Amino acid sequence: MNYVIVGNSVAAVGAVRAIRERDQQGNITVISREKHNVYGRPLISYLLGGLINEKRMAYLPNDFYSQNRINLLLGSEVTAVDTKAKKVKLAGGDAIPYDKLLLATGGDPFIPPIEGMSDKDRIFTFTTWEDAAKLKGIAPDINRAVVIGGGLIGLKAAEGLNLLDKPVTVVELADRVLSSAFDRQAGKIVARKMMANGIDVITEDTVVRIEGDGAEISGVTLKSGDFIPCDTVVVAIGVRPAATFLKGSGIEVNRGIVVDASMQTSGRGVYAAGDVAEAADFFSGQKNPMPIWPDAYIQGDIAGAAMAGEKKEYVGGLAMNSIEFFKVSTISMGVTNPMVPAEYEIHTYQDIQNYQYRKIVLQNDRLVGAVLVGNVDRAGIFSGLIREKVDMAPFRESLLTPDFGFLNLSREIRNRLFAPQGKVEDNP
Amino acid sequence: MKRIYTLEDACIGCHLCEVGCITEHSLSKDPVKAFLHESERPISRCTVEELHGGIISLSTTCRHCDEPDCLRACISGAIQKNAEGVVRIDSEQCVGCWSCVMACPYGAIQRNLKKKKANKCDLCPDRKSPACVDACPNRALVYREGSQK
Repeated sequence: MNYVIVGNSVAAVGAVRAIRERDQQGNITVISREKHNVYGRPLISYLLGGLINEKRMAYLPNDFYSQNRINLLLGSEVTAVDTKAKKVKLAGGDAIPYDKLLLATGGDPFIPPIEGMSDKDRIFTFTTWEDAAKLKGIAPDINRAVVIGGGLIGLKAAEGLNLLDKPVTVVELADRVLSSAFDRQAGKIVARKMMANGIDVITEDTVVRIEGDGAEISGVTLKSGDFIPCDTVVVAIGVRPAATFLKGSGIEVNRGIVVDASMQTSGRGVYAAGDVAEAADFFSGQKNPMPIWPDAYIQGDIAGAAMAGEKKEYVGGLAMNSIEFFKVSTISMGVTNPMVPAEYEIHTYQDIQNYQYRKIVLQNDRLVGAVLVGNVDRAGIFSGLIREKVDMAPFRESLLTPDFGFLNLSREIRNRLFAPQGKVEDNP
Repeated sequence: MKRIYTLEDACIGCHLCEVGCITEHSLSKDPVKAFLHESERPISRCTVEELHGGIISLSTTCRHCDEPDCLRACISGAIQKNAEGVVRIDSEQCVGCWSCVMACPYGAIQRNLKKKKANKCDLCPDRKSPACVDACPNRALVYREGSQK
């Protein structure tokens, strides 16, 4: 059996482990356009900011590849998939045959056309180790940077540059930062913390022109007419599933590669997982790309199991993010900002001065979302309650208490989770 | 594998499991020294919950899950499962992003804010049975061969 995995991040790791648990014999080839062994991609902002060194970027010990007998092809770009001949084509012209193929290529940064950008040197994206290394490499020469986009990637890039004592301005089109992952209140707290640390945050505006002579940037002009002087621009508007190489392959691509509950695409024996995949959402069942690290691992695991012949069912992606900005912890999960608030029951607690905020979102007595800022201890209890669809009607009064725990839930739940009954052979 | 299970009715809310855990993971492995003199006192990896002034109490710990949500959420690779099934965290590699705290449905990962490191049960590798289990005066914690669910 020839297993081929395109992509070498966390979805690939989940898949490799799932395959090797079931098949010790098959050949596994991992192909990546990047030059590094698997690394903690979200750590690139830590690397930029000097919080960690390059050694700590490694997600796994280097012997992961030899231990799992993986044929690793780094710096190789897959340009096409031939589903009839069952081969993937590489940029150099080589073709690699597969019996089972996993597409885990992740996302590409989206760069909109901005006037004046084409001939400029210092325009960066921020999604790979290489991006971070390039930015860090020129950091001594940066006098002032503008980050376009106030989402997670943009704010982390801004924080990294700020840690290097670089003046940074974040420009966000929406009326607040972190509009997709967090609600208004949490976004406000984060923006306040960023500004307190010297990062300018401009909302409801966008960069319309990058100014400067030749390759050099002198500043950016905003839609409002304002001019911000800078010499470096980071474009962090968002990522798109990296699926353009599938053109003409016959594999169904919507926004991402469309997959079923076993992560199989419309192509036989072809699977997709991680940021490139468009899988079912936990709540609606509707298919959406969901660029979430833990979800990528889970999807990789399910795909790997299916490739090795065991069917596991994906229960749907649950968005969740845990991000720290200037030592303020934030965790968000599920539905945090419902479109039609009247259909939900929302409880909040806030102490803005101390950067504390808690929001619980219920629908039909089921917990569907939570936002925690500041004290995020044991936040995972909420993610468990969401996944298990526990009836919260009897417990809703206690949900906002700072030390919310299992004693606020039922005895039956506690026994199911922690008691030996039913789990050890003979009860003590 | 052997796991730690909790008998809720036997828990008296004394927190000695936490004392045992802190002591075991201290430099001196002596409770008095650990609590009084060590500059970096560890934080407990088991959590005793109490309600109604302690009338109900329960000690909760890591389940060492078959498919650990903490491991899958960890962005640095600090959390790994060894061949025996024990889920451990490599403090050196941990960056304190709290993704594991977000993902663990058992609330079994603690934040060591002073060190900015996540903290979790390691089943006491240097002992025959975990310190929390040995410290429990009413045998509310049992260490037995059993499943996660």
